[in-house]
Amino acid sequence: MVENRPLGNLVAHLILILGVALVLFPVYVAIVASTQGPGEFLRGTLPLVPGSHALENYRAMWEAGLSRAGAPPAGQMLWNSLVMALAITFGKLSISLLSAFAIVYFRFPFRLFFFWIIFITLMLPVEVRIIPTFRVVADLGMLNSFAGLSIPLIASATATFLFRQFFMTIPEELLEAARVDGAGPLKFFKDILLPLSITNIAALFVIMFIYGWNQYLWPLLITTDPDYYTIVMGLQRMTTAADGDPQWHLVMAAVVMAALPPVLVILFMQRLFVKGLTETEK
Amino acid sequence: MARIKLEGLKKTYAGGVQAVKGIDLEVADGEFVVLVGPSGCGKSTLLRMVAGLETISEGRLEIGDRVVNDLEPAERDIAMVFQNYALYPHMTVFDNLAYGLKNRGFKRDEIERRVQEAARMLEIEEFLPRKPRKLSGGQRQRVAMGRALVREPAAFLFDEPLSNLDAKLRVQMRVEIKQLQRRLKTTSLYVTHDQLEAMTLGDRLVVLNGGRIEQVGTPMEIYARPASIFVATFIGSPAMNLIPLDYLRERGNGLLDDLPEGTDIVGIRPDDLHMQAPSGPHLVVESKLELFEAAGAESHLYVRLAGSEQPTVIRTAGQPPVSEGETLRFHVRREALHPFNHESNKRMGG
Ligand SMILES: Nc1ncnc2c1ncn2[C@@H]1O[C@H](COP(=O)(O)OP(=O)(O)O)[C@@H](O)[C@H]1O
Ligand SMILES: [Mg+2]
Repeated sequence: MVENRPLGNLVAHLILILGVALVLFPVYVAIVASTQGPGEFLRGTLPLVPGSHALENYRAMWEAGLSRAGAPPAGQMLWNSLVMALAITFGKLSISLLSAFAIVYFRFPFRLFFFWIIFITLMLPVEVRIIPTFRVVADLGMLNSFAGLSIPLIASATATFLFRQFFMTIPEELLEAARVDGAGPLKFFKDILLPLSITNIAALFVIMFIYGWNQYLWPLLITTDPDYYTIVMGLQRMTTAADGDPQWHLVMAAVVMAALPPVLVILFMQRLFVKGLTETEK
Repeated sequence: MARIKLEGLKKTYAGGVQAVKGIDLEVADGEFVVLVGPSGCGKSTLLRMVAGLETISEGRLEIGDRVVNDLEPAERDIAMVFQNYALYPHMTVFDNLAYGLKNRGFKRDEIERRVQEAARMLEIEEFLPRKPRKLSGGQRQRVAMGRALVREPAAFLFDEPLSNLDAKLRVQMRVEIKQLQRRLKTTSLYVTHDQLEAMTLGDRLVVLNGGRIEQVGTPMEIYARPASIFVATFIGSPAMNLIPLDYLRERGNGLLDDLPEGTDIVGIRPDDLHMQAPSGPHLVVESKLELFEAAGAESHLYVRLAGSEQPTVIRTAGQPPVSEGETLRFHVRREALHPFNHESNKRMGG
């Protein structure tokens, strides 16, 4: 539709601008709040112009954290989150790529059965199986460890399913040509399947990373040692400070830092999968 | 360089479909053999068994001097060209050609040399740095050929490599494949459903029907002496006319008395019905012209034989001065009659 109706255009844009504002306003507030001094919030109104304490707030959070609220330095927590999110992302991607590869390209007994088993686990996200999973992790002595934080979240039916669907669209002749060219199964996987899946991998990387980064309940449950606190659960600790009001200016600095890595991942990966999307063709 | 020998090859698919029902065939070293037959007759299955992409249910397959029944495709020293080309979309043309060599552990400069040579032969040098998606159908076809060439295999296997091209390109590539094969003298097995492609390409044709061989022979042998009604109607275009012997016998003149025992159907090629009476013994049939089709250098006349309504096609050179609805007389020489038996489907009299 190439129509030019000024009024329609105006209304459409107003609606869009309103939508954007709705989403961005809280972000703006968080950023502004993180630049205020300690006294600012006691006045009861939300400041809307940036203050002058940005640097000291961020440095305080990064280096010291809120010890009174039992939160370690944000730098430490960000690092923990990063390790957990990356472990989950890479774990999920490699396991789901391999299992989709097995399901699509190998004929083994009960193939369909296994596929359905994997598929059914879609119905069992961590939150549903959290008590038994906690039990298992505790018995294995993995509380307060990166392994405990990430391994139980690694299995991914969604990614397996998506890769399976994608692999099935790859013409069978490609496999046959590779076989004639002397490529065994693993070579085919590495030289042909992986490069062809790169767009899908990039997209799933973003989704999985954000999923891992945003984990809240699980880290809250299995970490009691501040050395393993993640930033998202750390935020919660800070806001429920035992004595007195939360120090909002510092909490907001942590919030902004917590929101940053997913944004960076999206910006970085976007180039990859937009490129992939526009270039895909059989 | 190698011969290929098929002994009693059979293929039964998992679902119980018997696609290949016992094939014996020997392809000589350097020979170009074309497997031709209608869609679903088992051509691809047979070729893929030779390639090692389908298991062999029964029988023996030799390539060179080895029995290769249980070898992987890569170990059989063959190269295959697929109908949809099956180029690796994420690799450049160069890497597509080089991949098989890399996997076999060739040295870098040897790979470079072979790829360049194949690219020169196929005139795709300028495309080497490109990805396949930036190529036209014909160019992709060449790359697919190149991928087979660089390997310098004992045999080429082609599965309908031209059927995705437009008509003009198809003819051009057909000629090039033929010339290339002549030059390289690599044993080749080529599958097609197009009888014209088969006739023009093959040193020998193998006509398949329902998983069995109907006839093996040079294109001219098969055209001149089709061994069955199936082959007679499959090879040659327009297809051979089949006329009941009784009808012709009524038209008499004793010419048909020496046809072999058992003949009840007579085949006549559309080119063998002439408007001018030839010298020597011949048959005359009357017919009514239903449709006239001018195709440039030749014309097709669709007629019904007088007194039988039997539809019949005649091919003549140029454009004869005829009009639809007219009654025409055609002359057929005795030698142009192909004797068949409709029950056994076979040619009579060997
Ligand atoms: N993977 C398969 N499983 C079961 N039946 C098959 C398979 N591939 C081919 N067939 C059947 O085998 C017969 C021959 O197929 P194919 O060799 O592809 O024929 P063509 O190449 O001559 O057209 C067909 O009836 C087809 O349906
Ligand atoms: Mg086929």
